[in-house]
Amino acid sequence: MAEQKTVRFIITRQDSPDSTPYDEAFDVPYRKNMNVISGLMEIRKNPINAKGEKTTPVQWDMNCLEEVCGACSMVINGTPRQSCAALVDTLETPIRLEPMSTFPVIRDLIIDRERMFDALKQVKAWIPIDGTHDLGPGPRMPEKKRQWAYELSKCMTCGVCLEACPNVNDKSNFIGPAALSQARLFNSHPTGEMNASERLEGLMDEGGISGCGNSQNCVQVCPKGIPLTTSIAAMNRATNIQAFKNFFGSDNAH
Amino acid sequence: MAEQREFFNRRLHSLLGVVPIGIFLTQHLIVNHFAVYGEESFNTAAGFMGSLPFVLLLEIFIIYLPILYHAILGVYIAFTASYNTKKFGFFRNWMFALQRITGLITLVFIVWHVWETRVQIGLGRAEADYSLMEGILTNQFMFWFYIVGVISAVFHFANGLWSFLVSWGITQTPKSQKIASYACIIVFFAISYLGVRTLIQFAFGV
Repeated sequence: MAEQKTVRFIITRQDSPDSTPYDEAFDVPYRKNMNVISGLMEIRKNPINAKGEKTTPVQWDMNCLEEVCGACSMVINGTPRQSCAALVDTLETPIRLEPMSTFPVIRDLIIDRERMFDALKQVKAWIPIDGTHDLGPGPRMPEKKRQWAYELSKCMTCGVCLEACPNVNDKSNFIGPAALSQARLFNSHPTGEMNASERLEGLMDEGGISGCGNSQNCVQVCPKGIPLTTSIAAMNRATNIQAFKNFFGSDNAH
Repeated sequence: MAEQREFFNRRLHSLLGVVPIGIFLTQHLIVNHFAVYGEESFNTAAGFMGSLPFVLLLEIFIIYLPILYHAILGVYIAFTASYNTKKFGFFRNWMFALQRITGLITLVFIVWHVWETRVQIGLGRAEADYSLMEGILTNQFMFWFYIVGVISAVFHFANGLWSFLVSWGITQTPKSQKIASYACIIVFFAISYLGVRTLIQFAFGV
């Protein structure tokens, strides 16, 4: 029988949120059509590093395994992307895995994306419909608008755009591109529109839309191809108009 | 507006970069370009600008205060970015980094330029005329310092004009932003030509 082909993974590991990161290499038995996650599963099954030493299994986050949940994002060969959609056959070896540097590391490749969910709260990225009685069906949405709004709804809060953004870092409080685009999504919805100004006020708060420096990395790296920079420019226009309405006064400033 | 101070500051920063600072920069380089038509022509143009009514107030409110505000907030903005052009070498990411680098170079240049010209004139140690600039620019080092300073300033203005159009929500679609990029490249070359041509006139008399 021919010798088993292996794939080398070099993984940046970190034992706890405050400990120093270190690299560890693994030789994983190759299978046809394997992805990065099936490689990590092999390591979990048999946690022995490339030097033949027994080690702790590598920890990572995952959920849907079909690039819609955003949980398994990591930096693969220098590019932030989802590990479920990263096929080993298409990657250069050795495969280098690192946690996304913008977020606090919990352990190994697991990061804490809580700041993204806080950002969604800041821009009120939901539609309030709960009440004491049935409000009936909402207004209809024009088909053309639904088409572009659907593209925005593909956001899975994966964090890749924040990883690529030069203005999302420890020195700034910028909430990042994802939440800015979500404010546009919910403001485009005929029912969500009724609370449009509340979302715009959220965008105008600290760390909001003015933190964008137009490097436009986000739109280049988004795994879902969301037109993030179009959303940002659209929200720039909307927040400016809102600011004028607030200052000079308008019956439509609600 | 108090709770939206950051938003207000960043929008004011963006506005001031174009109105009045960008307009002043363009006007300044156009007036200076009269040097190319001869010493007398430059002195007439500079004399006209210097004899505008309320000239000191105009200088304070159109030039000094806006530039001071734009510079202080700009330095803060430049140092709160974590540059990543090595990892993400996209065109706009390079423009993002260059915008901040040229801003810092321009600040150093403007401080020196104002000290050497306006402050010295104010102290009565120099006259705002052709020979003042000729004296500065015939020095080889100062000539190149001015070349770098002027091109940085014009780049910062032209690229800043592009981000102004985005920050004010004028260009939203990728297509309009692309056309704005081309328009700003033309602005960059046209105004750079005015500035560099004038510097060559002062330095070499041609």
